[in-house]
Amino acid sequence: MLISNLEIVPGKRVREHLGLVPGSTVRAKNIGRDFMAGLKNILGGELVGYTELLEEARQEALGHMQEQARSIGANAVLNVRFSTSSVAQGAAELFVYGSAVVIAD
Amino acid sequence: MVDLIVFLTLLALGFGVGRYNEARHYRSILRREALYKTPLVIPEKTPPPTVPTPKTHLVSGSVVISVDYFKQVLAALRGIFRGRITSYESLLDRARRKAILRMRERAHGMGANMIFNVKLETTSISKGSKGNTGSIEVYAYGTALIPPRDAMQPS
Repeated sequence: MLISNLEIVPGKRVREHLGLVPGSTVRAKNIGRDFMAGLKNILGGELVGYTELLEEARQEALGHMQEQARSIGANAVLNVRFSTSSVAQGAAELFVYGSAVVIAD
Repeated sequence: MVDLIVFLTLLALGFGVGRYNEARHYRSILRREALYKTPLVIPEKTPPPTVPTPKTHLVSGSVVISVDYFKQVLAALRGIFRGRITSYESLLDRARRKAILRMRERAHGMGANMIFNVKLETTSISKGSKGNTGSIEVYAYGTALIPPRDAMQPS
């Protein structure tokens, strides 16, 4: 499945629009409880663990979106956007959405 | 008294180590930015029509970065007087450049020569002491254009 945040696919034609497909995941991200993160809050610098955690969560959200696109018969998702919102104290929702399309040469 | 000693120790640690870390971080960013010239980062929505047609791939880079204690205190003080908070400006600058760098490195690994429709997203991850922003996340993403293998000559 082709995932792109462009509105078009170079060299291909969009044959059919199937509508919006979303994917999301909610993760706890409470930094205050983490010892290393607490240390980094004093010394400054990158929180590698959290970078990886969020990266992984985004991949999961992307996976959900792809699954849904596949289930409605799409072979590509275009115009993909990511968004992050904090749902509760210490939790964030990672949301990804795009338009499911069928592309052909 | 003990509180004061702890506070001053944290402040000194934040000032010393934080400053060293930032300088090191900037050095590495500058070095790596000079290293990768090929995947151009373009915030344009649609790529120009080219022959031969490139393949596309979604690429992204992210970074979670924390401000040091000294700068948090400095920013809190600035909050009283108003004005620019330069300590956070450098934090955001570093985070954005690092995120873009990671995205470019991934695109470079795929053999891409351009990244289109680049978007940057910034989120505040945690609150530090006194409700100040402790760490932020920057996420950069875009679509990498990978030219077909037989047309790799620079134009």
